[in-house]
Amino acid sequence: MEVTLTVNGSQHSLEVAENTLLVDLLREHLRLTGTHVGCDTSQCGACTVHLDGRSVKSCSVLAAQADGAEITTIEGIGSPDDLHPMQAAFRECHALQCGFCTPGMIMSAIDLVQSSDDLDRRAVREGLEGNLCRCTGYHNIVDAVLRAAPQMK
Amino acid sequence: MYQFRYHKPATLEEAVDCYQSAEDGIYLAGGQTLLPTMKQRLAAPSDVIDLSAIDRLTGIEVTSDEVRVGAFTRHDEVARHEGIRRRLPVLAFLAAQIGDGQVRNRGTIGGSVANSDPAADYPAAVIGLGATINTNARQIAADDYFQDLFETALEPGEIITRIDFPVPSRAAYRKFPNPASRYAVVGVLVADFDGRIRVGITGAGPCAFRGTALEVALQGNLNSAAIEGVEVPDVGFNNDLHASAEYRAHLVKVMARRAIADLVG
Amino acid sequence: MAEAIESGIGAPVRRKEDMRFITGEGRYTDDFSQRGQVYAAFLRSPYARARLDSVDASEALAMEGVLAVLTGQDMAADGFGDLPCGWTVKQKDGSDMVTAAHPPLAHSIVNYAGEPYGLVVASSVAVARRAAERVITEFTELDAVVNPALAMDSEDIHAGVVGNLCYDWELGDASATDAALAAAAHVTRLDLTNNRLIPNAMEPRAALGIYDPGTGEHTLYTTSQNPHLERLVLSAFVKVAPEHKLRVIAPDVGGGFGSKIFVYPEETAVIWAARKLRRPVKWTAERGESFLADAHGRDHVTHAQLGLDEQGRFVALKVQTTANLGAYLSLFGSSVPTYLYGTLLAGQYKTPNIHVEVHGVYTNTAPVDAYRGAGRPEATYVVERIVEIAARELGMDPVELRRRNMIQPADFPYQTPVALVYDTGDYEASLDKALQLIDYAGFPARRAAAAVAGKRRGIGLSCYIEACGLAPSKLAISLGAGVGLYESGEVRVNPTGSVTVFTGTHSHGQGHETTFAQVVAARLGVDIDDVELVHGDTGRVEFGLGTYGSRSLSVGGSAIVGALEKVIAKGRRIAAHMLETDVENIDFEEGQFRLRDSNRALSFGEVAFAAYVPADYPEDLEPGLSEKAFYDPENFTYPAGTHIAEVEVDVETGVVALVNLVAVDDFGILINPLIVHGQVHGGLAQGAGQALLEQAVYDEYGQLQTGSLMDYCIPRADDLPDFLVDTTVTPCTHNPLGAKGCGEAGAIGSPAAIMNALTDALGVNDISMPATSEKIWRALSG
Repeated sequence: MEVTLTVNGSQHSLEVAENTLLVDLLREHLRLTGTHVGCDTSQCGACTVHLDGRSVKSCSVLAAQADGAEITTIEGIGSPDDLHPMQAAFRECHALQCGFCTPGMIMSAIDLVQSSDDLDRRAVREGLEGNLCRCTGYHNIVDAVLRAAPQMK
Repeated sequence: MYQFRYHKPATLEEAVDCYQSAEDGIYLAGGQTLLPTMKQRLAAPSDVIDLSAIDRLTGIEVTSDEVRVGAFTRHDEVARHEGIRRRLPVLAFLAAQIGDGQVRNRGTIGGSVANSDPAADYPAAVIGLGATINTNARQIAADDYFQDLFETALEPGEIITRIDFPVPSRAAYRKFPNPASRYAVVGVLVADFDGRIRVGITGAGPCAFRGTALEVALQGNLNSAAIEGVEVPDVGFNNDLHASAEYRAHLVKVMARRAIADLVG
Repeated sequence: MAEAIESGIGAPVRRKEDMRFITGEGRYTDDFSQRGQVYAAFLRSPYARARLDSVDASEALAMEGVLAVLTGQDMAADGFGDLPCGWTVKQKDGSDMVTAAHPPLAHSIVNYAGEPYGLVVASSVAVARRAAERVITEFTELDAVVNPALAMDSEDIHAGVVGNLCYDWELGDASATDAALAAAAHVTRLDLTNNRLIPNAMEPRAALGIYDPGTGEHTLYTTSQNPHLERLVLSAFVKVAPEHKLRVIAPDVGGGFGSKIFVYPEETAVIWAARKLRRPVKWTAERGESFLADAHGRDHVTHAQLGLDEQGRFVALKVQTTANLGAYLSLFGSSVPTYLYGTLLAGQYKTPNIHVEVHGVYTNTAPVDAYRGAGRPEATYVVERIVEIAARELGMDPVELRRRNMIQPADFPYQTPVALVYDTGDYEASLDKALQLIDYAGFPARRAAAAVAGKRRGIGLSCYIEACGLAPSKLAISLGAGVGLYESGEVRVNPTGSVTVFTGTHSHGQGHETTFAQVVAARLGVDIDDVELVHGDTGRVEFGLGTYGSRSLSVGGSAIVGALEKVIAKGRRIAAHMLETDVENIDFEEGQFRLRDSNRALSFGEVAFAAYVPADYPEDLEPGLSEKAFYDPENFTYPAGTHIAEVEVDVETGVVALVNLVAVDDFGILINPLIVHGQVHGGLAQGAGQALLEQAVYDEYGQLQTGSLMDYCIPRADDLPDFLVDTTVTPCTHNPLGAKGCGEAGAIGSPAAIMNALTDALGVNDISMPATSEKIWRALSG
């Protein structure tokens, strides 16, 4: 089947099998390998991208369901010369180690900040419950989100 | 994931036609349970019928005595909806505790209620508030709807279109989450309709059910002391790695007591 | 001491590697693809123990897109060897441990649920997985041995391994320990289990095998913590390919925690299949496969006795442990519950008599091997739980009891009764700082406040020690190790003065690209951005033993220091020639080769350029400026510290909240405190996970009940508190960096602290880990 969608600002029309997941479309068809797959039960959040501006687990969305949608992945939010404040804050606060959960964590954190009024440490922790990190113990991730939040307003 | 045919009907009628002509069709709403299940090859439908394009399934209507939520409404939308937060805050509160942020951005109320996972949150609200399930064919009362593990009163091919929640004078929900999956080990919703008490319980049994003994004890006596003597037998309760039936029975009372405390302060 | 420059030793430099990770440009194994690539799906045993009767692949082979179905029998027929265990443990009677063959793919018997016995190769992942389901395999199910405590009384799993006993091992003086216990004024006894864990690095294991028929070269991209060791094992033991025809690349790796040290069946099979089919073959684990077939960790059952005299001095510690090794010995599975466990039972204390015996048993469960801490968390758990309980039994302040028994700074070097010689430390310094950070004196008030709110609050300590920096090769080999445990480093100065550094260690989250660059930049006086670290590729790095046991900086970093010194020595000779003086008159500091007592100097860049454009150059010197060094440590390093936890228990539900967690660690000299603290945070989270949330559960038939993240609970952000982390410093005495290693401490110290706090809150001696709410509720209502 054909799926037409906008990814990081560019429109793509792709021929995919009907059982293609959004994450496979991104990784295999568009070679956007910054979005990762860490589990098979929708728990880990490593595959988080934005679909029409909201965070979703791209392993639990069919490519077909994203037909006509606007998708943003980690590759679409900033570049080394022009980092998104959340990317910059993750680096500044040492909020990543192996980097595998990081793209999903950053995409979730951006949605969290954009959709919340007042965030404190507890709220950030609860707001990131859809993303697992095995390296950092989350402490520095919380720091990073709270550092980026005011810069995103 | 196995192969299947994908359909995206624009109307309810087309969706039902599609289902009926499929060998083993299944409706897709938010997909937050169905797609992981299919990914693990635990389900292999021949046809997946995406309900997202059907206008009749969307929309939220808030009246003085009822909150009507279109089946395709996502959890996050319920959690943030101004009208629901004003008229039926317990529903927004409950919706905000389902899954996690990403799941709430996709999952729908209709999908959750149609699936009837024993550990889902919404069934506690459907039962506790005595909601009415509207389908493409009929209306089903909450008390007749949940039947057993993943079994409901829905006929094959029947589609939930809207769920109507009566607005109580006050209500509260308390959930004891599974630490791993964040589903409800036990969730209890206590609602007070001008002195008439309903208690909806999820997580504890094969499907959501009314806590009738608790309701009786609380009738006209809505305080946590009223349920101290009530026995919650664990017969038929879920018994798994995360909680024994006995512990679940204990948690039903604790969560009920806390919900009541939320109501009466 | 020179003032630290911005990127100098001790500066919290932001990580060089982060830029690619935060922009989605990291490259993990699954991100690599080759033209003509096909995909593997493994055939896995549904039974914990069964005879493989027949495999009928005809239906699968008939499917469109299926290239091959390969089985363990095919692999055996191709002459492949077994997966080896790298450490031969000697038993009490001096004999070698009793081992069973571990074929990469089972060919006659399967011994754990999830064990691979074949693979399907197909044009897509979906087709491969679907075809795998259509392979019809007949098994004869056999009774499984699941419970390690009963293994020695169960049917033998492996022919020739009587009573499923791999080894009966001991360390220490049994009779002296027994005598001291008999004479002790007080004996505390404790039965403990150390719960079985599943590592769950966020990146699932993966492998991509490539064969070039033109050159005969095999290339394996895989998720490894030690690509050279992987190559060595695959070449020397499994006989996949000669070492010079096998290149192993471990690109960005998404966490390991030990689980990616070992050589697994899947990568072995993938490179084999690539050669057989002349197609690149890729496999990436589903998380469910990770649960079934990654090496698990811990899984001990222990009885311990601690004897004390009237003054509360420890006189003897006797420990008997049954360690579950799983169905086969994984690469280092034998050494974890012996040399990495028994040797640590002195802890921070002057216990004069210690004896430990360990029964390593086979069961029909996934192989068990090193997981963050590897033996040392188990040892710390025994020591720090029993010390805490002894204090309670004697009515003593647990802090005071520990102080009374601690090895003092004046006692170093300190020979323990369990083989190790601690070089340095100041245990009370860490203890004091930790007590201050958590406001130990204020705890009674916090407990009282919690009680008012209906919560029970408890506090608990753990004063741990670990042996890191694996390892002095001679010692390790004398104890049974099959490989040396030195490390290599190479410093290649480019003609323009920039520096490419090669290490045999591997970074999969630890930040080596930054820390090692700091070491090099500080020593050579060059900009940190002019230093690039290369690791993880046997085709680029000469040799190495990889990253585990918190060894990378203390061993790998020391090798780099060795190479740096050679570079500087050669640079001084070049500079002396250019400045027309003798080499003794040249000093090198802050990037300048200076003629002593003059204002004449050459920059590092000028000397590097001269080395490659040798016009004005010593006649007896080779051109070029590139040096290698191997470093073999003379001792382990001994990080140590105090962790203190505070918990609050909701008495109605049994839910425990970890409200405070303090860690004060002595890692010796810190190169980058930002990275060090991050390592501690991660370790604390895994320690908290072990104490409160995580457990691998097999049912009586050997089926894994916790086979997904829905049922196996790893900590989420809201399960954890903010951590309070600090350090004290006693430099390691025997390596040039003074560094001890920081990767595992968090996971080693914290479980005992948390469980001591929890049992303090509940007023009981033991709750088994993980302390789930139901267990606590039962303890409270029982």
